[in-house]
Amino acid sequence: MQDLRSLYEEVILDHNRRPRNFRRVPEGSNRHASGHNPLCGDRLRLDLVVEDGVIKDVGFDGEGCAISTASASLMTESIKGKTVEQAERLFRSVHDLLTRQGDPGDLGKLRVLAGVRDYPARVKCATLAWHTLDAALKNATEPVSTE
Amino acid sequence: MSSLVTEKRTPGAARFDVARVRADFPALAQEVRGKPLVYLDNAATSQKPRAVLEAIERYYRCDNANVHRGVHALSERATRAYEEARAKVRVFLNAASEREIVFVRGATEGVNLVASSWGRANVRAGDEILISAMEHHSNIVPWQMLCEQVGARLRVAPIDDSGALVFEEFERLLNERTRLVAMVHCSNALGTINPVRRVIERAHAAGAVVLLDGAQAAPHLAIDVRALDCDFYVFSSHKVYGPTGIGVLYGKERLLEAMPPYQGGGDMIKAVTFEKTIYNDLPYKFEAGTPHIAGAIGLGAAIDYLVALGLDAVAAHEHELLAYATEALATIPGVRVIGTAREKAAILSFTLDGVHPHDIGTVLDHEGVAIRAGHHCAMPVMQRFGVPATARASFGLYNTREDVDALVRGLERVRELFG
Repeated sequence: MQDLRSLYEEVILDHNRRPRNFRRVPEGSNRHASGHNPLCGDRLRLDLVVEDGVIKDVGFDGEGCAISTASASLMTESIKGKTVEQAERLFRSVHDLLTRQGDPGDLGKLRVLAGVRDYPARVKCATLAWHTLDAALKNATEPVSTE
Repeated sequence: MSSLVTEKRTPGAARFDVARVRADFPALAQEVRGKPLVYLDNAATSQKPRAVLEAIERYYRCDNANVHRGVHALSERATRAYEEARAKVRVFLNAASEREIVFVRGATEGVNLVASSWGRANVRAGDEILISAMEHHSNIVPWQMLCEQVGARLRVAPIDDSGALVFEEFERLLNERTRLVAMVHCSNALGTINPVRRVIERAHAAGAVVLLDGAQAAPHLAIDVRALDCDFYVFSSHKVYGPTGIGVLYGKERLLEAMPPYQGGGDMIKAVTFEKTIYNDLPYKFEAGTPHIAGAIGLGAAIDYLVALGLDAVAAHEHELLAYATEALATIPGVRVIGTAREKAAILSFTLDGVHPHDIGTVLDHEGVAIRAGHHCAMPVMQRFGVPATARASFGLYNTREDVDALVRGLERVRELFG
């Protein structure tokens, strides 16, 4: 059970149980994207309110496993109030953290996502939200797929 | 006294010694993450008995040669072994002739062969192909592709909340335009065993040809294509304890005879000039290129192994396990079994409230228990039951009640962690 906790840390379990910003942004959202993980059927919809290059508000909904839900929840917390450039930098850092043995560095709370690296089959669960964010910031029209 | 004891035993239970059977499967005797492996992913693929591994190794070590052409000793031995495997498959399916047994890569290629060869020769614009709502993608997509190419229509017979075919709806959908009924014999996602004999009767009465996808049925049920009177039957070796990369298409001789070749190449021809090619006889007409010789030999060994154990004894053992596991899962709060048809093979699909199947799979893996989590290549089934995915435990002839107990303990861990 102990090593399982390196994947399912308390922060992950908490964000899965009570996902933050789990709602459609009602008004003023101007950046949107959908993500899909065909392997496990996870679906995610992300809406952002971007004003003057700053992410003022964010919301997501959909269905997914604990890892993908917690990753999306943690992401929305960490990008709110950030500039688009900062959010894009964060996307690249998290992507490196999850796919390479990169140094978590100053990622703060997001470091908990590093546990997924020992579970290759689950990495895509954690990256789904971040790829969807990347697509929303680029205003991509096609849904994102992890395949 | 001893005779009295013998009489009390059921024939299956007396013959079937699961501990001895397990010893035949080297891969089962390992630990995963420090726990003994509990392999419950048999619907995805089964483990292989030593007899199969040895048959494959013996072929490569002693008899390795190409088939149907060499005049030397090794080629003769390889050809004999390959054709003996075909003969074993014929008996396994109770087909009338070895000309009706075509080796393919697997059930998927078998369906594609029929869709491509029979389909394009016999299905026209406005015709219909009828499938069921519980099909694996491999028995949906080839027909969709065919329908798109020729302008035919794909129709889908619904299933009820238990995961059983709604037979009246199936009958209603049959009509004079129905060219072919393609249906799964046993569902991989739900475990449902379809009433295939009645399906075939009704389809034939409507003038349609029937293909059965036997990928899941072959490891669990005795198959008799002549008693069923089915026109095409496909299955994969790797789910019946044989190697991957080989499978079987059974087709009635008169149908196969009239069909154009699927692929062109060596072995499927009698004579080639640049002007014209004369195709080979059945079944070679459909076996272009050097076949998977070792695979066929391995499948033959797997069939020998299954037949020696007794298909009825295996079925009885698995049925008992399914009943035990179904009862055990019912005691776990929040478990919902998806697929509760009356006729079922040893496949148990389920969800657990508040926990995604992928998380169930990862936690169980930590307990050494291997299951499948996902849509099981049957996305329409998932949509029908309103779930994105399920967890699936599927049992094979070597599984035990202890394996079921380990699954239940693992699910308790899942509940602890996510509770």
